[in-house]
Amino acid sequence: MSGVRVLVGTRKGAFVLTADGTRRHWDVSGPHFGGWEVYHVKGSPADPNRVWASQSTAWFGQLIQRSDDGGTTWEPVGNRFAYDGVPGTHLWYDGTPHPWEFARVWHLEPSLTDPDAVWAGVEDAALFRTADGGQTWQELPGLRTHASASSWQPGAGGMCLHTILLERTRPDRLRVAISSAGAFQTDDAGTTWRPINRGLRSEQLPNPTAEVGHCVHRIAMHPSRPQVLFMQKHWDVMRSDDGGASWHEVSGNLPSDFGFPIDVHAHEPETIYVVPIKSDSEHYPPEGRLRVYRSRTGGHEWEALGRGLPQRDCYVNVLRNAMAVDTLEPCGVYFGTTGGQVYASADAGDHWAPIVRDLPAVLSVEVQRLP
Amino acid sequence: MTRVVLPQHLRKLARVGGEVTLEVAPPVSQRAVLDALESRYPMLRGTVRDQVTLRRRPYVRFFACAQDLSHEPPDAPLPDAVATGAEPFLIVGAMAGG
Repeated sequence: MSGVRVLVGTRKGAFVLTADGTRRHWDVSGPHFGGWEVYHVKGSPADPNRVWASQSTAWFGQLIQRSDDGGTTWEPVGNRFAYDGVPGTHLWYDGTPHPWEFARVWHLEPSLTDPDAVWAGVEDAALFRTADGGQTWQELPGLRTHASASSWQPGAGGMCLHTILLERTRPDRLRVAISSAGAFQTDDAGTTWRPINRGLRSEQLPNPTAEVGHCVHRIAMHPSRPQVLFMQKHWDVMRSDDGGASWHEVSGNLPSDFGFPIDVHAHEPETIYVVPIKSDSEHYPPEGRLRVYRSRTGGHEWEALGRGLPQRDCYVNVLRNAMAVDTLEPCGVYFGTTGGQVYASADAGDHWAPIVRDLPAVLSVEVQRLP
Repeated sequence: MTRVVLPQHLRKLARVGGEVTLEVAPPVSQRAVLDALESRYPMLRGTVRDQVTLRRRPYVRFFACAQDLSHEPPDAPLPDAVATGAEPFLIVGAMAGG
């Protein structure tokens, strides 16, 4: 029977949760790297036993850990993230120029085909890549040196590159998202980039329809249909049917269109999930009720999924990297909260149960299907 | 031999217990000690000082002989007691964050 491995990054370490295909009984290992912030843990699609983790603290900086046995043991690999050339400036919160400074790795996106290749999205926003199993990391400077980059500003969480989307059939195409610069696409493996933000509207900007400056929280895509993208923006849930060339709003009947994560059902490309949050100043679920919302129509029409989730006095948040789906049948859906709970649904969101309740604040959740 | 005491997180990362001893050619300075430390334990690169600028990380402190040497120039000689191993060179995570 197939199994699953859920990889959880938290404020105080990483955890590995495993179950068989029923997804009822879970083994929990961790904390790995106890006391360190683990912004992201993700396994290689090309070799499920190879798992990558981004480990950092304000005290001791950034480390990258690699496991070759599915997260049982780990080895630190290269951690030198040096911007290419003179990094220049972006705008600070007060609108003044501020030098680009490396803070941490937010997101690790392993290659779909090469276990030694990984892209890393970092704060201050830039894209790095390793091709040697993590020993060395090189910046793809075309993104950070885009003509608009001097006007990028950080969001509340820092100026982070937090989303990297790969296409199996077009390996030179990447899409990334930066808070709060927006979404960008390259078709030449990172040499040149263009903004893909047309149709986004952000009232927090002097020009609400500006080409860049939008606080994109997360973009998701079904691997079989890479021209259709779904976005959770600071406010608004958006959809693109032309690979990001244009976007339209699909928030529909959501109780709030503010939120962080968004994901797509593994077998139904028109079924998507979000977790509405009350507002940008009240980062908790509306009415104190934790509900995932599912649309089976690619947006506009949403249903609340709360069976098994706390429906009173719940004031946690779900961060942008903290939701994932598995490819079992039926599709499993997972998310983690800032209150330390990791919830799983083995029936596409109809019913939920906690895997663990008392971890440190959850920063990221990823899942691997095991043979 | 120069003795170096690491904070708990870095002892665990380097898989060492207690203090480490290093051969450091004179003149024994912060830079020479950190060069020797990172050469022996490459996984510590970037954790005590920035890998690009080689500046001490802001929340790291250097103590020895009951003195805070954090703001001394990296090439300034360390006290003789550190150079001879009579006293350890302490790398300390600053008290911050509650």
